[in-house]
Amino acid sequence: MSFPWAKHYEPRNPVMRFLDEKLPLPRLVYNAVGAGYPVPRNLNYMYNFGVLAGFCLVLQIVTGVILAMHYAPNSLVAFGSTEHLMRDVNWGWMLRYAHANGASFFFVVVYLHIFRGFFYGSYKAPREMIWLLGVVIFLLMMATAFMGYVLPWGQMSFWGAKVITGLFSAIPLVGEPLQVWLLGGFAPDNAALNRFFSLHFLLPFVIAGVVILHIWALHIPGSTNPTGVEVKSESDTVPFHPYYTAKDGFGLGVFLLLYCAFVFFFPNYLGHPDNYIEANPLSTPAHIVPEWYFWPFYAILRAFTADILFIPAKLMGVMAMFGAILLWFFLPWLDNSPVRSGHYRPLFRKFFWFGLIPAMAVLFYCGGAPAEEPYVMLSQIATAYYFMHFLVIIPIVSRIEKPRPLPFSITEAVLGEDKKAVLGENTKPAV
Amino acid sequence: MIRIIGIAAGAFFTLSVLWAFVTGAYTAITEPAPETAEHAFHKHPRELHLQSDGPFGTWNLQQLQRGYQVYKEVCSACHSLKFVAMRDLEQLGYSEAEVKAEAASWTVPGVDPDTGEATTRSGEPTDYFPSPYPNEVAAAAANNNAVPPDLSLMTKARHDGSAYVYSLLTGFQEQPEKLLEEFPQAKTPAGLHYNPYFANLNLAMAPPLTMDGQVTYADGTEATIDQMAQDVAAFLTWTAEPSLPKRKQTGWPVLGFLLFATILAYLAKQQIWARVKPDKNRQDD
Ligand code: HEC
Ligand code: HEM
Repeated sequence: MSFPWAKHYEPRNPVMRFLDEKLPLPRLVYNAVGAGYPVPRNLNYMYNFGVLAGFCLVLQIVTGVILAMHYAPNSLVAFGSTEHLMRDVNWGWMLRYAHANGASFFFVVVYLHIFRGFFYGSYKAPREMIWLLGVVIFLLMMATAFMGYVLPWGQMSFWGAKVITGLFSAIPLVGEPLQVWLLGGFAPDNAALNRFFSLHFLLPFVIAGVVILHIWALHIPGSTNPTGVEVKSESDTVPFHPYYTAKDGFGLGVFLLLYCAFVFFFPNYLGHPDNYIEANPLSTPAHIVPEWYFWPFYAILRAFTADILFIPAKLMGVMAMFGAILLWFFLPWLDNSPVRSGHYRPLFRKFFWFGLIPAMAVLFYCGGAPAEEPYVMLSQIATAYYFMHFLVIIPIVSRIEKPRPLPFSITEAVLGEDKKAVLGENTKPAV
Repeated sequence: MIRIIGIAAGAFFTLSVLWAFVTGAYTAITEPAPETAEHAFHKHPRELHLQSDGPFGTWNLQQLQRGYQVYKEVCSACHSLKFVAMRDLEQLGYSEAEVKAEAASWTVPGVDPDTGEATTRSGEPTDYFPSPYPNEVAAAAANNNAVPPDLSLMTKARHDGSAYVYSLLTGFQEQPEKLLEEFPQAKTPAGLHYNPYFANLNLAMAPPLTMDGQVTYADGTEATIDQMAQDVAAFLTWTAEPSLPKRKQTGWPVLGFLLFATILAYLAKQQIWARVKPDKNRQDD
């Protein structure tokens, strides 16, 4: 569905008319990202990251499929096959750097996309399903990235896989057999490498499927906007094409500039030097750290250093780490303030900028640091705040806060007045 | 209901992690982590400037050839370069014939064509720089239980790798008096060698570069220890990433094109949005 004033697809070109009659694919595109999709006229640059995430997914699939043509998923030769790619395949180094840095930039983009959602209340009704599918995408991305990092079979690949699959062994009773079953052995080896390769190839296509659902669900209510006031009339919107295709095109240019600067000038900056050492089960690296985009959750995992009642510290850490993401599923119901945008929520906004953002920054920093003081103590405080923020502060704030007055409509917010509202055409209440 | 459960779960996790904080803080105050010799005496790599540094870096072929000579005459006694083929030497400015002759000066493992027994033969351009040891057990046995690592990727496998190799090679020294006073148990064990650039301060490699003039450079450069260390560090920078200058040279036109395209995209966006900017488009017109 869409708004009643959405333009209809009327192909003039006979080829397009022929195609549209037999298979209405052009129509689908027109209504999804073309002139047939009305979008709030006041979206800011934080709304570029959805399209950029889609671009990253395509980028990863294209580079990944070509990498797979040269990669050998066997623990004896995997490391050498990536070096062969870097040295002997034409432009192989560029492909590998593009894929590795592409994963990092995908996470940068998706983190910004998610935090956009936190601030503007994108998760609230009627967009709960969009949000839930988004969290599913994020979980799938984490699984994909984790398994991808194992493939080059360097020291961090091996020891990262060992630590992360070892988390399952914290589950009471079934943990250890589960870990052995997942790995196909007692430690990561050829069996694990083969299944990780298979899944790493598969999951991006699953993500693509969920992205389609995510966008399908988005097209029912349409995007939020920085005011959080829903679209009321035609003057609140502009057609996606050419307005947002142009704005997203510019955003894509800026993104590519930054991304290519990394690929061509600092390709190893976001990686770990130990992954240029071939996996060696007999030599444990001094500090085992995952890739940077897992650091906040790794910090939460390691923050639980004390047993709680009958629950061992390790199990607490595992529960907290998964819980930290799974709680996002409940956000639409934890926050029942009727106002969407953080812009009009004075208290929420303070907790967002002076609580959540600093806590995330500390967790990012400490997750990459060695498990020593003061990093452990810092991540404990930040972890405490993280859980407080989502599970205690947000529900309470949404009860007690007095929001600032909302504009009547998007048009009023942009133009200073909404003529139609004055004339009585738009009389639905705000929100 | 969901909010009540949420607040309860939130309180549980928050209190648990604060409890961990309190116990951790208590231990940190009552039993502060002891200072270690590694922590107090480990040094970050010394500065090293190579022509391949920076966004316009290129290879200094003269230096790479010298570095290759140091590798061949010194390091190859213990270290392999298993990802580097002898044919790759052409990239250092040697001609095809020179590479063939150079390859022939190496001895690589082979198979006797008559008996099938393992033997050795002289190298071909398609061979990779071999390890001098038949296997890891032999390598460890000859080196105080430490296997000399393959050097192909060494400069990428350490932080600030090129500078690290240079610092390591020039960093062997007597243990400082102060270290022995403060950490008597950290005395370098027999068979190991003190080097403050190595992560745990003592490594099994004996100082490989011990005197000026250890190699005689074909180009007449004076072979001081410092010079040899710089040259071999530069050479290992090449072995780790032969495509390095090509990568940077490709990057510039890519960024230039993207900058141009981004400016165009910006202008196009400005023009398109001008139609709906508040001052130009009142609702009533
Ligand atoms: C006599 C044998 C021998 C020679 C000759 C030798 N090395 Fe080593 N090298 C070793 C051994 C053994 C180790 C392992 C040390 C350890 O792990 O304690 C090692 C380790 C290294 C390391 C890794 C240190 C680390 O951070 O793990 C580098 C770099 C290195 N050697 C460079 C060189 C260079 C460059 C040369 C030539 C100038 C050279 N070596 C000559 C035996 C040798
Ligand atoms: C493969 C990854 C993803 C892709 C390709 C993707 C794509 C998109 C696109 C194109 C949009 C519309 C443009 C925009 O509002 O920015 C969108 C909106 C949205 N996305 Fe995603 N997304 C991804 C991951 C996620 C994740 C991980 C979450 C949350 C956990 C999420 C939550 C949302 C929400 C709530 C909206 C509607 C936002 C609004 O209108 O305010 N997305 N997504």
